[in-house]
Amino acid sequence: MAESHGGAKGPAAGAHTEADGGHHGGGFPPFESSTFASQLVSLAIFFVVLYVIVSKLALPKVGGAIEARQNKIEGDLTEAQALKDQSEAALKAYESELASARTRAQAIGNESRDKANAQADAERKALEGQLAAKLAEAEKTIASTRTTAMSNVRGIAADAAGQIVQQLTGVIPDAASVNAAVDASLKG
Amino acid sequence: MKIDPIHQFNIEPLFTLGHIGNHTIAFTNSSLYMLVAVAIISILMLASGTRLVPGRLQSVAEISYEFVASTIRSTAGAEGMKFFPLIFSLFMFICVSNLVGIIPYTFTVSSHLIVTAGLALLVFFTVLIYGVAKNGLKFFSIFVPHGVPGYVLPLVMFIEVLSFFLRPVSHSIRLFANMLAGHIALKVFAGFVAMLGFSLGTIGWVGGVLPLALTVALYALEILVAFLQAYVFAILTCIYLNDAIHPGH
Repeated sequence: MAESHGGAKGPAAGAHTEADGGHHGGGFPPFESSTFASQLVSLAIFFVVLYVIVSKLALPKVGGAIEARQNKIEGDLTEAQALKDQSEAALKAYESELASARTRAQAIGNESRDKANAQADAERKALEGQLAAKLAEAEKTIASTRTTAMSNVRGIAADAAGQIVQQLTGVIPDAASVNAAVDASLKG
Repeated sequence: MKIDPIHQFNIEPLFTLGHIGNHTIAFTNSSLYMLVAVAIISILMLASGTRLVPGRLQSVAEISYEFVASTIRSTAGAEGMKFFPLIFSLFMFICVSNLVGIIPYTFTVSSHLIVTAGLALLVFFTVLIYGVAKNGLKFFSIFVPHGVPGYVLPLVMFIEVLSFFLRPVSHSIRLFANMLAGHIALKVFAGFVAMLGFSLGTIGWVGGVLPLALTVALYALEILVAFLQAYVFAILTCIYLNDAIHPGH
């Protein structure tokens, strides 16, 4: 490797190239074979060090972090799904409970309304019967009162007619003719 | 005023680590930027927390993780995930070192063919060894496509074998050449601004607006290329590994 440029190591070669400007012969650093051994040894050492760091420390660490995050996300998603299922079940239970409660309430409402209606009907009927009875009695009273009143009216009218005739004529009329006149005018 | 677009690729030894044979092994500026890349990736991935709701740094770490993981799953299937650390290391190493290299005055690790070749050969041998270990000789059925008439089969097999062994070449040169060319182009256009200004004075500085605008545009393109080449390298690795995992394609 290094035989052609035995003593020409880096600095010498560098000075050589700098002095010569663009001289590309043996001075072109990438083809300077005397430096190959040093570079290969450095590369081997540092690449092995890098490989060991990467394989033993870096990748397990970063991969572990990524995996931990993945697991956490999956765990959280599972948990969220479970909670969602739970809340959906609760919602369903609530809805069915609500529906049954509503049916029950409706049944109770109907029943109590029917009962109240029946009671009200019965009460109304009883009241109507009472009222009808009272009405009939009142009508009877009115009729009898009127009859009495009418007979009283005839007496009063006959008295008043006798008095009027007496005042006007000074003659006491005879009762029979007054009664006949009153009857006639009452009828008329 | 001399602008040398190649100078940025120089390897400067910072201190010597030792010797292997007659090669001096030095800790170079390239090594330093490899260390920087490894440090940035480590900080990003390890210091970013593991909160349930990620912060900014943690988001970047997790996006990188998910991005590479989904790339592997879509190209090599679920079985490809056993190569996740390798592909993640490759992608992050190339991506971070490319992005760091775009900052002015830094060094780009992947602008050197030897580095990209090292990575490409690592992938090549991983595919080869895993493929043979998992599938035995059946692995070599990737060289024999289905439904090819017998008389062209030798030719097709020759091409398939050739393309298989040329994979590391194209794999490494693609990354290397992209980074190298991008950085040279940036340096050349940015150099025009300075050259015009210092040689022509006021007129030069005014005229330098055009190459400056080009430099800005190129810079944006290079940021895209830095990421894209890392992605291309990683996805090609996935596709090659897919051959080893499922050879009967």
